[in-house]
Order: sequence, then C-alpha cells, then structure tokens
Amino acid sequence: MSGYLGVIIYLGFIVAFAVVSLAVARLLRPHRPFAAKLETYECGARPIGEAWVQFPVGFYLVALVFIVFDALAVFLFPWVLALRGLGVWGVAAMLLFLSIIALGWLYAYRERILEWQ
Amino acid sequence: MFDSTFDAVVPLLCVILAALAAMGAEAFRARGERMPIGGLGIVGLAGAGVSSVLLWNRNAASFGVILADNFGLFVTLVLVVVGVLTIMFSSQVVRRDALPAGEYYALVLFAIAGMIMMATANDLLVIFLALEILSVAVYVLTGIRRDDQRATEAAFKYFLLGAFSSAFFLYGIAFTYGVAGSTRLDRVGAYLAAQSMSDSPLILMALALLLVGFAFKISAVPFHMWTPDAYEGAPAIVTGFMSTGVKAAAFAAFARVFLSAFEPFSADWAPIVWIIAALTMILGTVVGVAQSNLKRMLAYSSIAHGGYLLVGLVAANEVGKAAILFYLLAYAVTNLAAFGVIALLGSRDRGNDELRDYAGLWHTRPALAALMTVCLLSLGGLPPTVGFIGKWYIFSAAVSAGYYGLAIIGVLTSVVSVFFYLRVVVMMYMAEREVAAAMPPRVTGVSMAALAFAIFVIVYLGVMPTQVLDLASASIATIF
Amino acid sequence: MIPLSDYLIVSAILFAIGTAGVFLRRNLITILLSVEIMLNAVNLTFVAFGRYLGSVDGQIIVFFVMTVAAAEAAVGLAIVIALFRHRESLNPEAFTALKW
Repeated sequence: MSGYLGVIIYLGFIVAFAVVSLAVARLLRPHRPFAAKLETYECGARPIGEAWVQFPVGFYLVALVFIVFDALAVFLFPWVLALRGLGVWGVAAMLLFLSIIALGWLYAYRERILEWQ
Repeated sequence: MFDSTFDAVVPLLCVILAALAAMGAEAFRARGERMPIGGLGIVGLAGAGVSSVLLWNRNAASFGVILADNFGLFVTLVLVVVGVLTIMFSSQVVRRDALPAGEYYALVLFAIAGMIMMATANDLLVIFLALEILSVAVYVLTGIRRDDQRATEAAFKYFLLGAFSSAFFLYGIAFTYGVAGSTRLDRVGAYLAAQSMSDSPLILMALALLLVGFAFKISAVPFHMWTPDAYEGAPAIVTGFMSTGVKAAAFAAFARVFLSAFEPFSADWAPIVWIIAALTMILGTVVGVAQSNLKRMLAYSSIAHGGYLLVGLVAANEVGKAAILFYLLAYAVTNLAAFGVIALLGSRDRGNDELRDYAGLWHTRPALAALMTVCLLSLGGLPPTVGFIGKWYIFSAAVSAGYYGLAIIGVLTSVVSVFFYLRVVVMMYMAEREVAAAMPPRVTGVSMAALAFAIFVIVYLGVMPTQVLDLASASIATIF
Repeated sequence: MIPLSDYLIVSAILFAIGTAGVFLRRNLITILLSVEIMLNAVNLTFVAFGRYLGSVDGQIIVFFVMTVAAAEAAVGLAIVIALFRHRESLNPEAFTALKW
C-alpha cells in the first residue's frame, strides 16, 4: 500500500484546498442577494423553453444502427494484425462475417432507417 | 460434408441460413408483396432436424466448442419441433395482427439458432453468446406489437431482468475462467475434479453466480419476478415460444454445466438447487391458483414446471437425467399447444385471454375446447397424457435418489395444480357463454394441423412412451 | 506491480455499483447504463484474470462481451423509445399496465 501514500496525501490536499478556499471566500465576500443572480445567464439573453429538448427520434435510430456496426468493427483490428498467419481461411471467415453485416446494413437501408424523414 | 470439422454445426447452420434468408427476403421484398417466409423457416428447421438425426451417435465436435452429442441432438430435435409448431401457429397470428412477417420469422429463427447453439455448446463463453443471441431475439419478439402498450412494457421488463441476469452469468464465467484457466467445459471439469478437496472461495463464487444466471433464465424462484409480466404482456404465441424454447435451451445448458463441469461440486450445489426446486414448485402452483388471466396462470404453471425439471436435476441419477430430457419434450409440446390455442382464440384488438373468455367455449368452438382440455390435462399430469409419464419419471427418479421430500412436495403441488387446470376445463364445458364475449375468429388449416400434431404427440407419448424414453436415456448415457 | 486481488476488488465494487443502480435509479436510461457498468465490471475481471494467467483469452472474451453489450444496448434503447412513445415518460413508476 505504500505506493498509494502519495495519492492519499494528494487527495487530502485537494479536499483541503477546496474547503479552505470556500471558507475564506465566505468570510471575505459581501452578501447581497437579488433575483437576477439566480437566472441561468446572469447577463445576456433569457433562456427560452426547457433545457431538456426532445431530439427527433431519427437521431436514436441512427445511433442504434451505429452502435452495432461500431462494435462489430472491434473484430477487424485483431484480424488485421493476425492476418498473415491465418491464410485463406482467415480471409474467408472475415468475408463471411462482413457479408452477414452487409446483409444487416442492406436490411436497415431497405427499411428506410437511414433516411432522414 | 466436405470436412468433418463442420459436422456438429450443420443443424445450427441450417437454421441460421434460413434466418438470414428470411431477413434478406424482407429486405428485397417489394412493398405489399407476400412471400412464403414461414415456409422458408420450416425448410430450414427440417434441415436441422434431418441433420441431427444423421448426426445421432456420432459425437461430432466442431472447433472444440460445439458438441453434437446425443444429449445436444435430443434437445435440438425438441427445439426443432418447438420451432415448427411456433411457425405454423404464427402464420395465422402474423396475418391477423399485421405483424411484419420478415422480421417476425427471422427473429424466431435466430432465437431457435441461439437455442440450438446453447444446447450443443461445450464452452461457457459460447453458452453466453448463444444465450444472448436467443435473448435479444426474444426481447424484440415480446415487444413486436409496438402499438400494444402492455407488450412494450413486458418487453422492457423482460429485457431489463434478462440483461441483469446475463451480467451475473457472465461474472460467474469470469470467475470460472480465472480459477480453471479456460472456459471450455471439459477443461473446467477436469480442473475441478482434481481440485475437489479444497473449496476455494472463487470456485464457490463462480458456482453461485452461474446458478443465479441460470435460475433467472429458467425462471426459478426467487428469480422468477419477470416471468408473469413478460408472459402476460407478450403476444400469446410468443409466450408459448419463449416458455418452451427458452426454457428447454436454458435447461439443457444448465444440466450440461452442472452435471458435467461442476459435477465434482454437487455436494455444494445440490442442497441449494433442492431448496430452489421446492420453492419453485410451491410458489408456481400456489400463486397460479389465484390468477384470473389464463396467460398469467399458465405463466405460473410454467414456473412450477421448471421446478419439476429441477427435481430431475437434483436427483441426477440415470433415471433423473433421462427424465429431464423426456419432461422437456413433454412440457414443450404441451405448453406450446396450450398457448397456441390461446393465440388462435385472440383477435387483433383483444387477447381473449381472461379466464371468463373461456366460459362456454365448448358451445362455440368444440374442437379447440377439446384440444385445450387435452393440453391442460397433460400439464396437470393426468393419464393418459405425456405429462403424466413425465412427472411419474421425475418423481420416481427423486425417490430412487433418496429425495423423498422433493417427491412429496412435487406430488402435492401437482395435485393442487390439477385444481386450477380443471377450473378452466369446467368453465369451457359447463359455464354459459357470456353475451358480451366476442366470437373467436376462424382457425386456418395450418394452425389446426399444428394443433392436431401436438395433440397426437401428447397422447401417443402418454400411451407408448418407451421408445422416446429409451432414446432419452441412451442420449444421456453418452456424456455424463 | 498491482496484485490480482486489487483488480478483483475494484471490479466487484463496480459490479455492486451497477447492481445498486439497477435497483435504485428512477430513469430507464440510467438503469440501462447501470447494466452496462455491470458488464464492464465483468470485462475488467476477465482482463485481470487473463493477464494473471498469462493468456490472451481473457481479452478476446472481452471483445465478444463488448459486441454483445452493444447489441443488447441497441435493442434496449429501441424498446425504451417504443415505451416512451406510449407514455412520454422514462420513470419506471409510470409503467404500471402490468403488475410489477
């Protein structure tokens, strides 16, 4: 655990700095509250509507397709690195894998998921 | 085949190819065009069935992780039957509810592919992947009626608890890998057999986590909370599919993992499974009595049936292991047929799955009422149906292994369960038809053929079970 | 050199955080994130064991788990969207059509 001693001391300093500086600021600063201070932007345009706007559902559909295809790419990297030793079998296996994914993509395309309504 | 490396995956490949073809057909289909996608699925499943029969007794293995031994092939054949019946029932439901046919059949086929993979996997990681393939497909199937709020809600609950339990299962695999240095079941088994004296906490941790994961999947008490909701909310035919197919596949993997790799630790897990089995039988039966919705009632009944299967697993003698396989077949055909009837009686806007919807069914649909009666009697375990033989073997296995307590609980809960099955039967025959109840729709020839086949199996195996029982005990002898 | 047990403890804590999140959080998306935390805790366990055993198997398994998690997340999000369209809410307490 001695290796972590520095980290613990450092953590202590971080907490101490935050507490001390907030405490000192509280003692020194003037106390004058008024309504404008509580607005989202104290100076500048008033915010319009909610911060939580609803995104068009199209975003989510594209994101869903993206997640899947993105994660499947993880198999491509080790495949590239090991390709030399795998021979024809390795190429064929990856081609099969990619063609299944291509079928999935084709399906998504034909179902008009990728089009922006 | 050109190379024996691929032998063991041929049944799996048939189903996967059919699933991909279904997906491709949906993609290339012109708008409004009708395609016989269900027939395509039946062809793929038939291929899987034929290749499993050809592989019988050959103990083929592919890549060291897929093992087409007789145990796996027996379950594969059960799953093929489940798949064919599901597709035949679905043909009517898909048209009636205007479900997207390509997606529906592709998902059913992918789910079956995952189930077959799970039943024949010889590697914990492959079991996990198969579990996820089938689960993801079934999550979507549960919520395939997007216009139905209850179905969507059921899908989410099922998804959430399914994903949650897979995490536990995976954590168990991680500890097994850490302890044994491999996820292959044969290597894990060899390692554990050499270690059986020292109970390392990591091994017990792995055992507990795997048990929790499996218990969720087979909906054993106390991990059953999702079952009634998911089963009630899903379309009836999907409920039938997942209460039989998913349970059969999960049970096959459960039995394989615990009776082969973790066999040396049976002294550790058998008492726990004993308690789980007892609780599952009792809760499934007792709560089932109080239900007024037929789907929900059958959901609790399927929980109870999971408990009977667990009894076979605890007993784990020769009879017990063969009884598990036989019971899986009996339960799968019976339960699927029962849900098939429910699905056929529903209409697009109304599930017609409340108990009172069945009042006087005999007067409007005598054939369906009679078929439903046979299914319910078989679920209740009354002779001369397959359910009776299955239960009889399970309980005699428990007695011969010295688990008298379990056998007594099993018999008592069976007797109680007969009460709520018979309540439905009485309602169908005795009660007057309610005026408000909608007239159930016509049943197509394909669905009727599927029902007739299921009933034939139920009665035939109830009268002459020896052949299949011998097959079951022969297939169990090869591995454990 | 950090011993194996430290990794296992960290991943066990992560797993516990994920489990607690599933039970305690009141937003469907956050619950999904909690499940992902659980899976990643398991990934950490796999990598740690793989490193400890001197085999790459652990890391290869993680690849598979990651893809599975992505597929699961995609389906989960799709179901959440479908659910949101019915109720315009992501609070699990709003979904009471079935007995929980």
